[in-house]
Order: sequence, then structure tokens, then C-alpha cells
Amino acid sequence: MNDKIDLDKIYAPSEDVVVREIEGEVVIVPLVSGIGDIEDELFTLNETGRDIWQRVDGSKPLAAVVRELAEEYDAPPGIIEGDVVGLLEELLVRKMIIEKQ
Amino acid sequence: MTGTAYVKKIRSGEARLWPSRKPALTRLDIELTERCNNDCVHCSVNRPAGDREAREREWGAESWKKLLDEAATLGCLIVRLTGGEPLLRGDFEDIYIHARRLGLRVMIFTNATLVTPRLARLLEDMPPLEAVEVSVYGMTKETYEAVTRTPGSFDAFRRGLGLLREHGVPFVVKGAVLPATSGEMDGFETWAAALPGAAGLPSYALLFDLRSRRDGRKNELIASLRTDADDFVRISRRHGEDAVTEWRDLCARSGGGRGGRLFSCVPSGGSAAVDPYGQLQYCLGLRHPATVYDLAAGSLREAVTEFLPRVRDMHSADRAYLERCGRCFLKGLCEQCPAKSWAEHGTLDTPVEYFCGIAHAQAVAAGLLEPGEKAWTVADGAARTKQRS
Repeated sequence: MNDKIDLDKIYAPSEDVVVREIEGEVVIVPLVSGIGDIEDELFTLNETGRDIWQRVDGSKPLAAVVRELAEEYDAPPGIIEGDVVGLLEELLVRKMIIEKQ
Repeated sequence: MTGTAYVKKIRSGEARLWPSRKPALTRLDIELTERCNNDCVHCSVNRPAGDREAREREWGAESWKKLLDEAATLGCLIVRLTGGEPLLRGDFEDIYIHARRLGLRVMIFTNATLVTPRLARLLEDMPPLEAVEVSVYGMTKETYEAVTRTPGSFDAFRRGLGLLREHGVPFVVKGAVLPATSGEMDGFETWAAALPGAAGLPSYALLFDLRSRRDGRKNELIASLRTDADDFVRISRRHGEDAVTEWRDLCARSGGGRGGRLFSCVPSGGSAAVDPYGQLQYCLGLRHPATVYDLAAGSLREAVTEFLPRVRDMHSADRAYLERCGRCFLKGLCEQCPAKSWAEHGTLDTPVEYFCGIAHAQAVAAGLLEPGEKAWTVADGAARTKQRS
């Protein structure tokens, strides 16, 4: 698998995880083996991760996600792009998102 | 926006997930059936596997799935599937898969005798995210089947455990200290330590509950099998004084008598239990009619947000309870609770002498009481626990 994130590509949550929002927390629960390192792991996202995750829904290229976030946040696009790529690299290596063909 | 650590791992429990507000329900215990393919001498639940009346009354898979949907909506993260023997149900896999697809972690309590290659493969491919808890009733065919009273159960258990191992399904084992097995503790611990993923000593069932459905004859048998207080202390100290140190700490942390409160397990609130017939309870052992909610006539949300908080606030008016348990500083040690009173006496608050005796023996061993002293008569209990902890 290529773990390099491409802003022109579309990504979506993997069907191998269940994503739940509980009391404001995004909780990612592995559904199949090979997602976490051990049997009882769950994952949550920090505030930045939550905002990005909600937009990575398989409907638009990652560059569009960066643009949306740049309109909402008062931060340089380079910083936002770094956050988006950083999160997606983490999610991709954990098989929590997939690249849509 | 900020930079690093976008994804956090959460391990071993959900407590760190909720820095401020917890969900209305964090854990749901489901007793899928009272029926079991074993007939263990000490069991506080089991009915025969072929009990038609029980089977016909049990909720079907669709009812359980709807309940699981509602539990997930309320924020529930963990569901425990227990029995009886939950694998006795032909729709177990269906219910399990539904729970996992909702993003629930699943605890399975089983004797492992009915684990099939197909189930082991499912648990490998779609892991429960909680170690399967396997009850072990003996190290040999003779001792095991003296407890289960079911010919062939030992071989079936070994076969089932082998399948879990073969498929890399994490599991933990739990022993039971009974007349037939009390001489096997060293062997059990050696065997358990060699299992893959073993961490520390295995746990034991020692203080057997009576049947909460208040079956008099079976309860007489269970009571006759119970470990007495001196043996309980001796067994707890087999590997040193860690247990005694923990008893002192438990007393220090529990903060004195109960007063009139019935439920001292309130901090674990956020959990609920449902029996095979859709009756929601505070816990699986508590079947006093005043503490049971019929889910067919209401909703899980109403039960956990309105009914259970009222149950948790119940107070005792029983004089013996108020004078003894209400003043006793051994609350952190004693198993006294409404479920135990219900099983033993059919009330919510009558003190249970067996558990009272166990707690007093622990306190004597921990240097918190003199032999013969009654904890509820001690005025300086808090000072003693502070001094010795």
C-alpha cells in the first residue's frame, strides 16, 4: 500500500472501522483484526482531527477539504494542509481510511 | 488548527474518553439465556439446555438487535453477552455481529464447550475487542465433570479452548474454588500462566452467590459449597500479603459506613443489565420487583435515565441494616448489597451473615479488627484504616 497522501485524491472512511460520535468525542472502533496493535484498542481524534475527519467523506478530493477548512479557520493554508496530510497519513497507516478509486 | 497527535489510542476501559460528561449508558450486560449445557453444582443461574418454557420466553435476535441499536444511541461502548451459556443460542453469531457493527466492544462469558471452528474464525476476523472470559471447572476430566455434572464436558471445553488458541482469539480463564477443585489451585495457576497472553494470576470464583430466582433447594446446595471465612483468607494469602494490603486500601478508600444508602456501587453507574426476557435490572443478580423494569412496556432510554437513578437513590428503613451495615467501616470489603440480600432473604437490605463474616475475617487479617470485634461497634474505624493503610 502507498501511504503517501495525495491532495488530488478522494479518501473515505474504511468499512473496516465503525466511527461513532459520543458526547462530542469521535470514537473509531476497529471492526476487523489488524487495525489496532492489541485486542482492546479504540481510537479518538483530537479537536483538529475531528474537524478534518468530518469532511473526509469520500465525496471530494482532499484539496477541497483543505479549501473548506481554510475558509473556516484563520490559519495559513500551508498549516492546514500540513494538518490534513498529517491526520490522513496516520489514518491510512492504521487502515482507517481508504483511497477511493 | 494545530499540529501533532491527531489520533489517540484508548485502551483498557473507557474512563479516559469522557473528561467531562459520560454517556447515559456505558455498559450493557445481556443474559441471553438462563439455559446451559452444563449443570454446575455452584451455578446461580443455569436451567437445563432443553428447557422449553425458558427458551420460548427468551427474546429473539431481532429484539436484542433493537435493544443494541438503542444502547449504541445512548453512547454504550461495551456489551457483555452472558448466560447461562450464551453460545447455546443458535442466533448468537447474528447478535454478536450486529453488536460489533454498531461499534460495540463485546465481552463474552462462556464455558467454551460450544465454540465451533466457524465461531472461532468469526472471533478471529471480527475480534470482540475484549478477551473472551472462559470459566474453567477443573484440570482433569474427573474434577471438571464432578462440577459440571455433564459427561463429555471436559473434552468439549478443551476442544473449544484449543479452537480459540488456534485462531489467536484472546481469552482469559477463571477458576472456581469448590470441594472438587480446591486441591488443584497450583496446577491451575501453572497451566494458566502458560497460556498465550496470560498476565498475572488467574482469577477465581470463591464467594458463590445464591440463585437470584430464589430456588430454595439449589440454594441449599450452593451454600454448602461455599468457602468459609478462614479458608477465604488463607486462599487469598497463598501468594503473599498483597491481598491483605489491598484490603486495607479498599477500606481506606471506601470512606466509612453506608448510612441508609442501599447501593454503594453507585460510581459504576452508567451500566445496566437485561435478563433473557427483556427485564432490565440494576445488575443481573438483582431481581427484586421494585428494581426491575419491563423493556417491553418502555424504552432503554427511560430505563437508564429515569428508572435506574430512582433505584440508585433507594434507602433502607431496616433497623438491622441501619445499625450494622449503616455504621460499618468495612464497606470496601463487604459484598453486602441489595442483590445479595435479595438472593438470600428476598429483601433489599437484610444483612447477609456469610458476607459479613468474610469481611470481618479479612479485617482481622488486615489488623483492622480484633477477633470477635464487630465493625459496626467500632468508633475509630476511619482512624484504624488510615493508620494501617
